[in-house]
Amino acid sequence: MKNLLILSTALTSFAYAATAEEVVLLSWGGSYGKSQTEAYLKPFTAETGIKTTMVDADNPATPIKAMVEANNVTVDVVDLEFADAVRLCDEGLLEPLDKSILADGADGTPAMDDFLPGAVTDCSVATIVFSQMYAYDNTKFPENGPTTMADFFNLEAFPGKRAMRKGAKANLEMALMADGVPAGEVYTVLATPEGVDRAFAMLDKVKNDMVWWEAGAQPPQLLADGEVVMSTAYNGRIFAAAVSEGKPFTSVWDGQVYEYDVLAIPKGAKNMEAAQKFITFATGTQRLADQAKYISYGPARKSSGPLVGLFEDGKTEMGPFMPTAEANLTNALASDFEFWADRDTQLNERFNAWLLN
Amino acid sequence: MALPVYADPLERIWYYTYRVICALIFIFLIAPILIIMPLSFNVEPYFTFTSEMLAFDPAGYSMRWYDNLLTFGTAAPDAVRDSSWWADVWANAKWVQAAKNSIIVGFFATIVATVLGTIAAMGLSRPEMPYRKLIMAILISPMIVPIIITATGLFFFYSKIGLSGSYFGLVLAHATLGIPFVIITVTATMMGFDRSLIRAAQNLGAGPVTTFFKVQLPLITPGVVSGALFAFVTSFDEVVVVLFIGSHEQQTIPRQMWNGIREQISPSILAVATILVIFSVCLLAVVELLRRRSERMRGVTPG
Amino acid sequence: MSNSDTAPEILRTVDGQPLKEALTRASRSARIRAFLLVLPLLVFVLLTFVVPIGQMLSRSVVDEKFSENMLQLGAWFAENDSLIPDEAAYAALVADLKVASAQRSAGNVGTRINYELPGTRSMFTSAARRADEMAPPFKEAMLAQDPKWARPDLWAAMRSASAAATLNFYQAALDRQIGADGTFEAAPENVQIYVKLFIRTFVLSVVITGLCLLLGFPIAHLLATLPLRYASLLMILVLLPFWTSLLVRTTSWMVLLQGQGVINDLLVWAGIVGDDGRLEMMYNQTGTIIAMTHILLPFMILPLYSVMKTIPPSYARAARSLGATSWTTFRRIYLPQTVSGIGAGGILCFILAVGYYITPALVGGADGTLISNQIAFHMQKSLNWSLAAALAAMLLASVLVLYWAYDRMVGIDNMKLG
Repeated sequence: MKNLLILSTALTSFAYAATAEEVVLLSWGGSYGKSQTEAYLKPFTAETGIKTTMVDADNPATPIKAMVEANNVTVDVVDLEFADAVRLCDEGLLEPLDKSILADGADGTPAMDDFLPGAVTDCSVATIVFSQMYAYDNTKFPENGPTTMADFFNLEAFPGKRAMRKGAKANLEMALMADGVPAGEVYTVLATPEGVDRAFAMLDKVKNDMVWWEAGAQPPQLLADGEVVMSTAYNGRIFAAAVSEGKPFTSVWDGQVYEYDVLAIPKGAKNMEAAQKFITFATGTQRLADQAKYISYGPARKSSGPLVGLFEDGKTEMGPFMPTAEANLTNALASDFEFWADRDTQLNERFNAWLLN
Repeated sequence: MALPVYADPLERIWYYTYRVICALIFIFLIAPILIIMPLSFNVEPYFTFTSEMLAFDPAGYSMRWYDNLLTFGTAAPDAVRDSSWWADVWANAKWVQAAKNSIIVGFFATIVATVLGTIAAMGLSRPEMPYRKLIMAILISPMIVPIIITATGLFFFYSKIGLSGSYFGLVLAHATLGIPFVIITVTATMMGFDRSLIRAAQNLGAGPVTTFFKVQLPLITPGVVSGALFAFVTSFDEVVVVLFIGSHEQQTIPRQMWNGIREQISPSILAVATILVIFSVCLLAVVELLRRRSERMRGVTPG
Repeated sequence: MSNSDTAPEILRTVDGQPLKEALTRASRSARIRAFLLVLPLLVFVLLTFVVPIGQMLSRSVVDEKFSENMLQLGAWFAENDSLIPDEAAYAALVADLKVASAQRSAGNVGTRINYELPGTRSMFTSAARRADEMAPPFKEAMLAQDPKWARPDLWAAMRSASAAATLNFYQAALDRQIGADGTFEAAPENVQIYVKLFIRTFVLSVVITGLCLLLGFPIAHLLATLPLRYASLLMILVLLPFWTSLLVRTTSWMVLLQGQGVINDLLVWAGIVGDDGRLEMMYNQTGTIIAMTHILLPFMILPLYSVMKTIPPSYARAARSLGATSWTTFRRIYLPQTVSGIGAGGILCFILAVGYYITPALVGGADGTLISNQIAFHMQKSLNWSLAAALAAMLLASVLVLYWAYDRMVGIDNMKLG
């Protein structure tokens, strides 16, 4: 009897240890990380009592792959670009997503109808739509600043250093659009070897005046420090710097490349149950709408749309700053996840060799 | 190196030019370390001197970046600074956490490196040690092998045996990196050690243990302590291995700095840097005192 | 004593043993005692350092991503020498792809082949996605899926990947790849990077070591010839950077060198450069060279100083009194005596420079990074761990050769720290 008592005490304490879980979210840091902390993590802990931790990476897809392959997974939920999530899912590096855990919309719409088309896949669920566009420093071009993607590659008319993300994705598309390829044909052209050469030839023009950034927080910093006059960036980072810190940045939406950003659970995550709870919570209608209060990314749920209001400063209307705002979509490109899921490795290899030559 | 009386005019010119060149090189060595100190008191988030700073206008200076070190990561940074605020800082502030981690890891790594290193140095400094050169070469190699190779090796090894993301693994790794410094400093002290003192002690009836504690240890202590300090600094400054084998829990000061530098060098980084420089000045002073003490004990007189 | 005139007396210890034997025994036990003192540390270093690195390096010749997933095709390769795949080969391929699709390992399989033939990874993933729908004849089915499946170089690559052990990663690290006929050839110009990178690493290390010597020599000389009182004060200026955190020093240089940094501000203020002509000293080789020279300078000064301190000034005076000019005295008398210090400092600086990672990563930009940064890239970003291991092995080999040279020239036990 006494033994049984000890055993049951041990079991309870073990069970207790198991419930004293935490969720570790691997994300992109900076102002985006802050928006997630405010909109997801803090309310999640307040509601469930589960501890949350945020870990930053330049692009969470790379450490996730290293973690799973080395059998050393230290995070529970990961924030990924859509194409990376599809690729990692194909490679078996993510846990399959149980779609039944997704909450219905606040207005009662069933979850699967409430998310935007394609937002829910085998392993991941989208939270926001983000965009890579470019922004310039007003003080450097007080009048007649750049307005098109071609201007970004035009060193004569707009001299000065530029910055781009160190990688092939989005840069190649932007280069082709700057070279006159209409958004609708970008991926057809890029699928041919000649198209890839053409994109790299365009990048060659600005190569010597380029600073390559890796973390999303770098572009606003490079602009603010005067290291570059214009930089491609995630649109929300520029918004945060321009609106909440009053930096003199102007966003150029021509030739923007937009995409979903998703949440997924890496294979072998230690706190599976809590991770699922977290995804259910974070992708709820109100949470997605709340996130837009802190950063200009569009929620991936229809029911969240009407709830999006003002920025945290209480006066800035968020609508016009979203990648999906009508005015910003005149010449915009939806990133093709299948294209990148298949060619990411190959084109990045080419890109890295190009960079070193 | 006074100017000799027979120097010709050309040599005189060279003599002074040489002094100027040396002064410039000293400036090159030391200026980068000093320049960040005033900048860390900048009111503005810039890394250059504002006109207020150059005019020594107090309005150009502030402690805000030092304050930021305490508040960054806390739950309620703007709350009243009572005991609960300090408790919050102690428990949540990112830089405070990083400092705690660095000190814990550094402390234990130093203990491991110093104890094992000192015992080994005693063996290595004996003339009868077999394969001395080879073993010495292996023990010094963590200092020579590029850190990225060490880090990748440990990444795979620790992933396999389940030590990655643990404090224990990090302590072992940092101890390994600190060992060459302990070996070098302690063997250097022991080489200058007069072995007839041991024989004298034994003749007078002391056992090996007594001899060690009463004769050897006091004489080699300065070497051991400066070796330990080297080992501590090595761990305290190490970032690559932490990046490869540490999980998010093992956030140390250098790692926090690395993240900060990569994203944005906010003046908070400069505030940390300033604190670290002051820290290294203190360490250097300790090492210098020890060196002089050791020279005095061994009868070498400094000028 | 009676037999002392018949045979030489054997010396004995008090307890009657022959002295020679007793001495041998004593010296053996002394050797064992000394060794036992070193043993714990030796084991520790072997376990936490030598073994992990050895295991990591073994990855450079092993990659199981293909071989452990493509078993049937592996069996076909074992039985057939032919480079031309028959229907059975395609059947084995499809069967393996089906399994790979179910186990979600097609990406890994494709990744392994993609190392040899860039651009083939997607062939595997897309074929695996459709493998379940394929029906015999499989050759036609696969070629309909993608005609590139008939390429001989692809089959050569698969054959070589079907064995876990391979030297291909060393070929890749030397910028060679599998050519159209299935044998190795030089990779196209625009993807040849590693040899160039090794050369760049060595050239930059030579430049940095040279700069360290150029700056370190006068300082060491000054310190060695000044009265000790002043010398030890000035020595603090050398030791302080040595004791200061590497990240702190790198940060300082970023603050100094950036476009809106202190040096550029100073130059603009002094009117040397215009506000729009600010110098680019960071995110390029200049930044790497300046910052690393600063960081490695103490490693040059300290060995030089310890050698120069032992050079008696009387030699130079003798040369002068024999009529040599000061330049000749320096060149013929002083310099030759410092060679061992130059060697010690030079090799040490060079060894440390060749393996540098942090500073180039932060201030190097695209063209100021070194081989270590590329190893980190393959470890953390591209995840081609075998190639990272091959590059690491080559870097380590060159470092060990230098280390050996250092030992021959200076002796490891003569290494001094401050």
